[in-house]
This record gives sequence, structure tokens and C-alpha cells, in this order.
Amino acid sequence: MSNVTKTIIIASAVASAMAGLATSAAAEGDVKCYGVSLAGGNDCAAGPGTSCAGTSTVDYQGNAWSLVPAGTCETMELPAAMDGTARMGSLEALERDIPA
Amino acid sequence: MIVTQTQFRQSLLDPAQAAPAGLTNPDGAQASKRFDVYRNNVAVSLADALESAFPVLRKLVGDEFFRAMAGVYLRKHPPTSPLMMFYGEKMPQFLQRFEPAKSLPYLPDIARLELALRQAYHAADAAPIDGQSLAALSPDRLMATKFKFAPSTQVISADFPIFGIYLANTAAQAPRPEMRAEALLITRPSFDPQQHLLTDAAAACISALMDGNSLGVAMSSAGNDLDLGATLGLLLGQGAITTLT
Amino acid sequence: MLDATSDNRLPNRVGVGYKPQHYMDIIQGTGPLGWLEIHAENYMGAGGRPIAQLRQLAEKFPISVHGVGLSIGAEGALDRDHLARLKHLCDWLDPASFSEHLAWSTHDSHFLNDLLPLPYTQRTLARVADHIDQVQEVIGRKMLLENPSSYLAFAESDMEETAFLAELAARTGCGLLLDVNNVFVSATNLKTSPQAYIDAFPLHAVGEMHLGGHDEDADETGAPLLIDSHGKAVVDPVWALLDYTLAKSGPKPLLIEWDNDVPAWPVLADELTRADGALALA
Repeated sequence: MSNVTKTIIIASAVASAMAGLATSAAAEGDVKCYGVSLAGGNDCAAGPGTSCAGTSTVDYQGNAWSLVPAGTCETMELPAAMDGTARMGSLEALERDIPA
Repeated sequence: MIVTQTQFRQSLLDPAQAAPAGLTNPDGAQASKRFDVYRNNVAVSLADALESAFPVLRKLVGDEFFRAMAGVYLRKHPPTSPLMMFYGEKMPQFLQRFEPAKSLPYLPDIARLELALRQAYHAADAAPIDGQSLAALSPDRLMATKFKFAPSTQVISADFPIFGIYLANTAAQAPRPEMRAEALLITRPSFDPQQHLLTDAAAACISALMDGNSLGVAMSSAGNDLDLGATLGLLLGQGAITTLT
Repeated sequence: MLDATSDNRLPNRVGVGYKPQHYMDIIQGTGPLGWLEIHAENYMGAGGRPIAQLRQLAEKFPISVHGVGLSIGAEGALDRDHLARLKHLCDWLDPASFSEHLAWSTHDSHFLNDLLPLPYTQRTLARVADHIDQVQEVIGRKMLLENPSSYLAFAESDMEETAFLAELAARTGCGLLLDVNNVFVSATNLKTSPQAYIDAFPLHAVGEMHLGGHDEDADETGAPLLIDSHGKAVVDPVWALLDYTLAKSGPKPLLIEWDNDVPAWPVLADELTRADGALALA
């Protein structure tokens, strides 16, 4: 592409971008995160008593780990894209985890 | 019997150890359950911080798995800063090596996305340029123009449909995610971070601009599929550009 | 010497620990609320909604900055980056008060996110006094130091907590933040008298008081073990201890803290009304 062509494309792109700004409707494919849920932070309260969280002696790293992911990942089966052969390795791993 | 903070901390994070000698009940006996109060405070408060930082990860793997995983993470990566709003910054790398979650290879990318949203939420405020100041430039000048971006602006590229997975776990009636690579732009026009699905070309263009390349160079590097008008419209509309140079 | 009382401009009224979910209630509210307390670390981000909200609130209320992460009792040096962040916050906000805890939470640059206990010895006293001097020098104002909730004792301690705090205030000129719930929790846990603690406390140095709820548990011998959970209403014996304290101290800035299972605003407003009644009698 010549520089002249590029220059023309950029100029018209800026013009179309400006035109688009006038209609401020959010585009499809946008997600907005509302409110205070993203704040995170510190407080000075103590946790709820002496229950197990800090005192469990389960060796999470070793063979004692018996938990499997059991949330919405079970319904997140991701079929390969039409051209998705390059990702088959990870997808096979994924499918092992999804109950038939 | 002196209890050093080194001894105290070692026992705190290792439930197999007894409480340090020198810590006592009111009757003078060696403390045990009373020390567990501190153990519990540390583990619970750090796990709570991770739950608040990674709500979609938690939803994906379930509460029980997440809580147990948090117990491993917090012992492997205790916070190095008192700012709990940024705790969990090593979660993507942790997940890559965490065997029990290996079957879900998209988790590290979801963790990256959630960290980026948190960063955007707390990023410095920035005054965006008016679109007119871009429109006022001559075509030649436009070609050579470079942008500076609001600190909240980030591009995240992943081999997995992170946008689709995020949506399916946060919005009602969201479509099932399709297996594909996805790239996102994160912006914060006022106070609430927003995610925008990008084409590969738009992601390449914005990344090139964020690396300090001129608009002409960024456009070339993005290839022929680039809709430059839509890309610039997105950046301007989201208040992501703060300076033209 | 900086003056602890002139650096503490909180009114002798009731305040509340600020939670973002109550922003609208607080901005629009009437009632006895006279000031707000924030946790310093939650306003150390670079910008965004937390900082913007704080600017708005500070136009309407005196703000108390309450640090929870400085680790002033640490064996090691204070975190200079964190001190700088604290100075930045105090510089732009110019809060009515700054306070921190008699506790440690960072060791070898690992932050443990809890207020961990200290032995009361001359060695600890000298170290904490040095750290308080350093903080006051960096932020250019006198601070308040809060008494902790204790769950256990150190065999090596050879001072009472009240004497320890009195000596710190005398050496550094800092004021004290008297958490009445913490007094009750510690006294119950360590089988001492909460009234005797108040009798021995240097009340002249108190610049602020805290009230909060606690959980009840038991140790392995069945002895009561109260946990400073800030997740419930203040219990009657703590209200009674507050009355006992205020009768001796006179009115002070009085805060309701509620950090876990944070209720809807009307529940906190009820606590504030009751606290306001207690202040009115002082």
C-alpha cells in the first residue's frame, strides 16, 4: 500500500471515527463492570473464629488433593473452531474433565 | 522465652507446626487454639481477598475448589505489599503450574483479565483528548502522530475466548462461548472498567500504538483487515487517548 | 513538639467506618453522623472511584485515616514505600486524624494481613517508639495508636499494656485510640478486669474511641475466646464499658466499626443513634 493510499485511509478513518462518536450507543460486544465490586481492599477485622481455614493440615500439593473444578467450567465446553487444529492439545485436556 | 516474629510467622503459615513456645493461655499453659485465631485470620483474610479479586475464576472452578486453591496460593505467594486490592498478581503463573486445574487451560487467561480489570479500576484518572483535535490534523501529520493512553487502557490477547467466558459467567442469557482466540481492549471512561472485543487487526493496531508507534506504522502492522475508523472511534469514544504527539 | 490534640481535629461526635455501599446513604443522610473513618490502604490506588468518592466525602465530613498495614510493631524497619504512600494520602486529604495499631503485620517483606500481637517489654517499647517517631516525622503530624484485641499472652511480657501505651504516648507525644470492644475482648480472653484496664488507661491521651462487635468461641480448655470480628452489633457489656469509660474521660470522637457481613445502612444508623446517646450523657 502506498503512503498516499494510507494517508487517505487514515484521514477517512478519522472522519468516520468522529461520525461514530456522535452516536454514543455502546457497541455490541462490550461489557461494563459496575460499582464497588472491583474495589477490593483492607480492613482491620479478625476472621470468623478458629474454624478450619488456617489450621487445616491437608497437604494440598500432594496426593491428598481430591478436589476437581466443579463450577460453571463444567458447562464451558469449548468446541474447536473450524480452523482450531492447533489448539487440539489443550482441548483434549479440557474434554477429559467434562462429564459425559 | 522470647518469641521472634520469624518464629511466629513460620508457625502461622504452617499448620503442622505447634504454636511457638512462649505464647500462653491466661493460666500460663502453652497456647494452641488461641494461636489458631491468628492462623485463621491470616488464611481467611487472604483467601477472601482472592475471592474478591477473581469472582469469575471462582465461579468457573466452584467455591470449594477455589477456596482450597486459595489456601495453596496464599502460602506459596503471601502478599509482598499491604495493598490488598492488588493481591493475587501471580495468579496467572500459579495457575499455569497448578496440576489440579490443568484440565482448564483457559484459567490463566481469565486470571489475567480479572487482574487487568482491577488495575483499570484503580488506575490514575486521565483527561482524554477531544476527537476534534485528531480531526484537525492534516493527513500527513496524522500518519506520523503517536498517542499516549489513559493508564487504565490495556489490551489482552488470549488463545481462548476470554470475553465469551467472562460474559457467560457474569451476564444473564449470554451465549455459549465458542472456541477461538480472543483479544480485548479494557478502558475506563469514567469509573467503571469496560471490556471491548477486538478483531485481531484492531488488537495489533492498538498494541502497536501503545508500544509508541505512529498511526501510520500501527496501521501497516495491523494488516488489511483493519477497520481503522472503528478502531479510532472506539479509542476516542472510550476516552482512552490522552495525548497526541 | 507537635501537639497531639491540635493534630486531631475530629469532633466529639459519632463517626462510622466508611463502606462504599453506604455512599448514597451517607451523602444524603441526616442523623447524628459527625465524621467518617477510612482504611488508609484502600485509598492508595492511583485514582478511580475510591479516590473520587473520598474527595466528595471529605467536602462534607471530617475524615479519620486509619491505617491497617503499616506494621508499626515490626522487628524490622518500616516499609519506606508504604510510609511514602501514607504521606501522600495525608498531604492531599489533610485528614482530621491519622491512627494505626499497636501490632505487626509485615515480616521479611511478607504482609500477613492481620494485626499480630507484641510482647510488652522495654525492647519492644523502644522499637515501637522509634517507629512512631519516624511515622510522625514523615507525615508531619501526631498520630493515634490503638490498643489491640489479644487472644493470648507472651511469657516474656513484663509490662501491663496500659503502662506500655502510656509510656509510648509520653515518649513520642502520640495520642491513643481506645477501642472499648478490644478492651472487653482482651480482658475476657486474658481473664482480667476491663474496668481495671480503663482505670489504668491514660485517658487524657485519648483522641478517639472505637466500638465494634465480636464473635464468641472457646479455647481448648473451654475458656471463653472472643474474636474481634467487626461483624455484629455492639453487645450490651461493651456499651456498659463505654458508659463507664466516658464517665471518666468525658466526650470523645466515637466510631462504630462494622467490617464483616456489613449490614444495610439503617442497622448502622441505629448503632450510631445509641452511641450518640452514650456521648450525650458523658
